[in-house]
Amino acid sequence: MEIKRPAMAGTMESSDVQIYIRPVSGTENKLIIKSPVKVQFGHVIEKVVLKVLGDLDVKGVEVNINDRGALDATITARLQTALFRASDDQSFDWEVAGSWNV
Amino acid sequence: MERLRRTMMYVPGNNPGMLADAGIYGADSLMFDLEDSVSIAEKDSARFMVFHAVRNFDYGDLEVVVRINALSSEHGRQDIEAMVCAGVHVIRLPKADTAQDVKDAEAVIEASEIKYGIPVGTTKMMAAVEGPLGAMNAYSIATASDRLIGIAIGAEDYVTSMKTKRSPEGIEILAARGQIVMAARAAGIAALDTVYSNVDNMEGFINEVKLIKQLGFDGKSVINPRQIDPVHDLYAPSDNEIDEARQVIFAIIEAEKNGSGVISLNGKMVDKPIVERAQRVLELAGIDKEAMINEAMVC
Amino acid sequence: MKPWSARQEVASDLREDQRKYVDGTGISPNGRRASTLNKIVRPGEEKLCENLKEAIRKSGLKDGMTVSFHHHFRGGDYILNNVVAELAELGFENLTVAASSFSTVHAPIIEHIEAGVVKQIHTSGLRGELAEAVSSGIMNEPVVFRSHGGRARAIESGDLHIDVAFLGVSSADSYGNANGIKGDTICGSLGYALVDAEFADQVVLITDNMVDYPNMPASITQQQVDFIVPVEQIGDPNKISTGATRFTKNPKDLLIAKKAAELIKSSEYFKDGFSFQTGSGGAALAVTRFLKAHMEKENIKAKFALGGITGPMVELHEEGFIEHLFDVQCFDLAAAQSIGRNMNHHEITASQYANLHTKGCVTNKLDVVILSALEIDKEFNVNVMTASDGVIMGASGGHSDTAASAKMTIVVAPLMRGRIPTVVGQVQTVITPGSCVDVLVTDRGVAVNPDRKDLVSSFENAGIDIIPIETLIETAEKIVGKPAEIPYTDKVVGVIEYRDGTWMDVIYGVDRKRHSNS
Repeated sequence: MEIKRPAMAGTMESSDVQIYIRPVSGTENKLIIKSPVKVQFGHVIEKVVLKVLGDLDVKGVEVNINDRGALDATITARLQTALFRASDDQSFDWEVAGSWNV
Repeated sequence: MERLRRTMMYVPGNNPGMLADAGIYGADSLMFDLEDSVSIAEKDSARFMVFHAVRNFDYGDLEVVVRINALSSEHGRQDIEAMVCAGVHVIRLPKADTAQDVKDAEAVIEASEIKYGIPVGTTKMMAAVEGPLGAMNAYSIATASDRLIGIAIGAEDYVTSMKTKRSPEGIEILAARGQIVMAARAAGIAALDTVYSNVDNMEGFINEVKLIKQLGFDGKSVINPRQIDPVHDLYAPSDNEIDEARQVIFAIIEAEKNGSGVISLNGKMVDKPIVERAQRVLELAGIDKEAMINEAMVC
Repeated sequence: MKPWSARQEVASDLREDQRKYVDGTGISPNGRRASTLNKIVRPGEEKLCENLKEAIRKSGLKDGMTVSFHHHFRGGDYILNNVVAELAELGFENLTVAASSFSTVHAPIIEHIEAGVVKQIHTSGLRGELAEAVSSGIMNEPVVFRSHGGRARAIESGDLHIDVAFLGVSSADSYGNANGIKGDTICGSLGYALVDAEFADQVVLITDNMVDYPNMPASITQQQVDFIVPVEQIGDPNKISTGATRFTKNPKDLLIAKKAAELIKSSEYFKDGFSFQTGSGGAALAVTRFLKAHMEKENIKAKFALGGITGPMVELHEEGFIEHLFDVQCFDLAAAQSIGRNMNHHEITASQYANLHTKGCVTNKLDVVILSALEIDKEFNVNVMTASDGVIMGASGGHSDTAASAKMTIVVAPLMRGRIPTVVGQVQTVITPGSCVDVLVTDRGVAVNPDRKDLVSSFENAGIDIIPIETLIETAEKIVGKPAEIPYTDKVVGVIEYRDGTWMDVIYGVDRKRHSNS
């Protein structure tokens, strides 16, 4: 999936996560995680984000995560939404969307 | 036995906190909304959110219904595809005016089932009548597809189209309610009533539930967990009704034991409608028929 | 994280001759009670001071001594910060501050700790920036955390000796008769302050409402008081309490509360003349609302309610559902006003409330108590002190006192708060041992302590589903995931003293710079 422009998804409501992505130069992905449960679940949040990026073959993005205690499913949903908004892809293979495992 | 649909709890699709907790409140069905409670800018967000909620949050035995956007919008098609792939039980079609609306949606559902390798027919449907044309066409809508498990009325839009306003007694939607419940019965599917938005007016809510129960509706849409127990309490059968139902079931067992083809109770013949009504009563009372029978056998 | 048994060892090893924790029933005391100094005040001698400086000087306070405060003014308190600031200005060092509790408004104390004015803290709880600072290790001495009953025990036995008590009161006369019910800044019951007033060597009252002698009714009496200091304002009335506590509208809390009320109703304790206590907010308080419906239906009245009293409790009392209210702290204006006018709304001291080492405190008579929890584990041990990231953020309060005493102890809590699980394998800190906890009610199921087969029977007969607490732990973990271990440091920043004076747990520091959630 090619990321053409910055995009944001999600809200700052409790149990949600606001994700802002923007394309950066190079093929590396960068994660910036802010979360009230970073000590306890930072490692899980990172794993979930990397898997979504991997499954959709996304390279060269900076992902800013402003978490408010979101569960993995929510993080995945919000990240996929942001990626969808940042690309020109009109269709979405829902099987790929749902193919992640915790 | 058709499942109970006394309460269908409305959950805005773009709200992860509410989606995660929706299953704890005891509603019979959950309706995740992609339509009116989601702003246009967030339709995609809600679609992804509900997809993942359905795939990952444990809703136990509850029926999961998703209200999609109308096919006339650009979102309806994508909603259907995502929800079919997610594996929701029922897709609720808003603003159904004609049988064709149902058939058009069914075609998209079928295409999605095929695309994702899901046995055709797995995903059920519900149609919401929200205008006078839909009310007039209620029966043809209700019979437009084998997938339909229920037909509902959405009063807000209906009342606007009718050029009137909602009132506590509800006389302005009586005709539509009548149409929907008749169509449901004739078609053999469930009839569901509209939401009651004033969550703080418990008395008004209870009066409306009494009315629609008397009209024959199977249940009501609710928008707050506080509304669930009052509906279940009102739909709960009385002790007398429960006793009678038990007697009917035991009469059947007696007849089976005696190898008799005809079941009688108190000198009257017990036929199929009576049996179904008795089973219904036990279900509403939350009585496990098997357990009841086993207990009785032991005594 | 070390298991609780290992932490118990660490706790009792912190101090020579420190008595070891045995179990929830508590060890017996020996020896005599503490007392205060012999004094003389002759006719004509005055106690009124011009200002705080004068009172401090006259009190004879020296470096290394212990000063005390109450927390009846909660988030609206001005006294503790003002007095400690004054002591800092006067050059005092190495003081022990024994407040009945601290709130978020006490962040300024951090500066005085770092400057060496405050060396040690005794309290029921810590919150906000001060709590975070303590967790990060700014103090050399561990904070001693006690329950309300435990603090009273420590003071009355002499374990905690108070040199000078600085007590804010809503009204006082020039001889020291004082109460919490007259004036613009009322707080109602002075339950925690009353213990200090009786046992401290020097008692300094601070008030913004001087009245003529005699100021009756007198909660704190003239023969307990050394000095009185009039000030502009003792606190912010709007932050001391709200008008009247409202029941939560949160549907999850209501669901839990309704379930808990159902459990109480189906227990053997729900009969005419029963007694109960609830926590002051959220699901715990909301239980009262549903319980009232059952009481109405079955025509059952409570003989007394205990607490932590709020407006809703006062309503039940005034409507005839509860005969007596025993009040150690008024949480809102409605309760503070009630205690002044209702004959059967009684002010009790923290000792009368929950001191185990007396000839019988009121919690001994409790039938049912409904409490909350930050964490609860598979042994039913409860943590109300440290957050899931190890940082101090709560208070012991009356939790362990009431849980140990009530015939049926119910903990109400959501299975998770956001992504933080409430029901876990092991709690971070034990405030209330599991042997004292009987039932856990969550939004996803009810668990009963296996020790209470009698309750399991009553509940199952009433058609209530009971599931093992292990199932709740698994469900929580399945939903939120498996949390990483907290990277505690080796420094002990807090010690938990049980209500009987034994040291039962320790809190380790958390390295805030390296591992932060912000």
